[in-house]
Amino acid sequence: MSLSPDQPSGRRHGLHDLPHPDLQGADGQSARHEDGSRLVHAEASSRPLGSAQPATPAEPQPRGATEHGHHPIDHDEAARRFIAATEHEKMHDERLWDLRQKRDRQMHAIPEWEELRELASAIKLHALANLPEYLEQFETRAKANGIEVHWAETGAQHNEIVHGLLADHGAKSLIKSKSMLTEETGLRHYLQGKGIEIIETDLGERIQQLDDEAPSHIVVPATHKLRSDVAHLFAEKLGTDPDNRDANYLAEQQRQKTRPLILNADAGMTGANFAVAETGSFVVCTNEGNADLSANVPPLHIASIGVEKVIPRMADLGVFIRLLSRSALGSPITQYTSHFRGPRQGGRMHIVLVDNGRSARLGMEPFWTSLKCIRCGACMNTCPVYRRSGGLSYGATYSGPIGLILNPTFDRRKYSALPFASTLNGSCTNVCPVKINIHEQIFAWRKELAEEDEMAGGKRAMMKAAGALLSHPAMYRAAIRTTDSALRVLPHFVAGEFAGVWTKEGRDLPDAPPETFHSWYQRTHGRTGAE
Amino acid sequence: MMTDAAMSARERILGALRSNRPVGAHPLPELPHFPLDDGGDRTGYFLAALKSMGGKVFDGRPDEVLGARFPDAKQIASTVPEVAGNRDLTAVAHPRDLADIDVAVTRARFAIAETGTVALPDAVLGVNAVAYLAQHLVVLVDPAEILLTVQDAYRRPEMAAHAYLAFHTGPSATADIEGVLIHGAQGVRSLTVVLASR
Ligand code: SF4
Repeated sequence: MSLSPDQPSGRRHGLHDLPHPDLQGADGQSARHEDGSRLVHAEASSRPLGSAQPATPAEPQPRGATEHGHHPIDHDEAARRFIAATEHEKMHDERLWDLRQKRDRQMHAIPEWEELRELASAIKLHALANLPEYLEQFETRAKANGIEVHWAETGAQHNEIVHGLLADHGAKSLIKSKSMLTEETGLRHYLQGKGIEIIETDLGERIQQLDDEAPSHIVVPATHKLRSDVAHLFAEKLGTDPDNRDANYLAEQQRQKTRPLILNADAGMTGANFAVAETGSFVVCTNEGNADLSANVPPLHIASIGVEKVIPRMADLGVFIRLLSRSALGSPITQYTSHFRGPRQGGRMHIVLVDNGRSARLGMEPFWTSLKCIRCGACMNTCPVYRRSGGLSYGATYSGPIGLILNPTFDRRKYSALPFASTLNGSCTNVCPVKINIHEQIFAWRKELAEEDEMAGGKRAMMKAAGALLSHPAMYRAAIRTTDSALRVLPHFVAGEFAGVWTKEGRDLPDAPPETFHSWYQRTHGRTGAE
Repeated sequence: MMTDAAMSARERILGALRSNRPVGAHPLPELPHFPLDDGGDRTGYFLAALKSMGGKVFDGRPDEVLGARFPDAKQIASTVPEVAGNRDLTAVAHPRDLADIDVAVTRARFAIAETGTVALPDAVLGVNAVAYLAQHLVVLVDPAEILLTVQDAYRRPEMAAHAYLAFHTGPSATADIEGVLIHGAQGVRSLTVVLASR
């Protein structure tokens, strides 16, 4: 009998273990097996991490990119600040690389892994090509199960519908579980403006809410924060002991302070990871059980679901659920995988199906296949640029490789520089459980955005975006064109990851992009005086 | 009750999805059945997987396990005949009234060896929220009802038969602060499985 090997063991599969060996710390805080060994399920790190000697006073948390209306986000500027905060940058890099390694260990334990990815991709492509029919089927079944179904074309419409439902039920407080869709629509700020008290129930999301920051990662929203940041924040907002940085203490304090808010909330809200057309049901995956509290304690449950979440059959979940948490966290399944098919006795359930740009994206070649995304975050965990710059440096709802593709579909000008925050190393594409050709789409955005007239003024910003992380152009070019030879000459911030990602093992060897950014740039802009 | 504006939003979304429909054949694949080698010991595989997800396993009669494991438990909600609780879940006016439950006891409809999961539909919970508001959860599992894989689970009729069905794999957990794993994030602090045939 062989369970997946969960413990790290040196250079398994050719991947190096520790970008920052100095972060290996003694740690008696993490939950343990009865035999005393460290448990590594959920989003736990597979080894104790922590600065041997945290700075005193604590290193302040670097904040995200500054926004100026529709002006292009300066990822480079924010990335430089993140990199300059060395304790934050190292922990972030280490923590996410560790999740990537946990994912690899899960993958290697499943012989049919590649077949599952093929299936997941094919099911999603089929569903996207037949979305109107599957959405109608989903709606019909959901209604038959006693769920009320609403449709919202835009984020603003979604927010109004939710507010209308809350008003209809006289609800003044809403507890919710993490949902990237409601981040897209800005629901939290909208409802606060309407006088609704809104409480995030995921610990990471609650931390971000208390700090008035967006989530920096789609799965682990506060992963850019150190425990000293959380201790400082909780002391200020929850009245905890500012000198106590014990993660157990901090989490327990949050549990105690949030529980009464959960018990007394008038309404609850969740997102959905999948919606099943065949049964009219939807699925929510969490590790904390907070979605189940949000859905099952208050009398009213509202679920916001992007239209691209629909899959045809219940049996398809046998593919997606096997891939999702393994890809996201390197854990075989989330602690809770909850299937909602109708209101509970005495409760009310509403679904808001949200477009917010998705139907338009469906018509965008080659970007429409990004709608396959199941929001696992694997592409972020493996991305050298994301790991080094932190999610908030993207100044957008979605960060990391998938964010580079999605954000320009919302605002081409504001996010015009983002597709340049990538090495195009292809690692994202290799780990994506639904086989989105992420790095090729990032490359396609570069072409498209640079060719647009409106981009003439943004060129410098675009070039700068790659700058902080790839400040040695010759080496960058070498890295894109070759594999092994680049490893010896790249500075640590690039080589550290590439040494791991670019192994001799075929699976991890990135495909070369069809044309490198540099050669394309030389070809198309070479005569116009670009440096 | 749907307003005109809402009706048209629906029509406009479906219309846009139709006109932007990707070209090409995108057939729905047949799903092959993937095996899992449990080494001839499915129960052992299940228990080992559960423990690696933070679950606890105890041998013995369910009522004795409960007494030994939670000697100080005052408020016990049970939906199984094997254990006598002191709270009546059929008489709960609001789920919040269950906030003081120390231990909830129920029986899984089935379990999954691959992941160490127990399947808890609304019918075995009485009040759904009890499985999250209680401090600790004890779940009885019949070894004859352990399925091999997640894929097998999604072929079971129960998946389409309940308004609510949750897979629990270990207790509520978080590692949102620097990757430190903590049980009892918002929901139960522990999940204990007791093997007990029906
Ligand atoms: S693009 Fe792929 S890897 Fe990235 S979050 Fe989406 S599904 Fe995961």
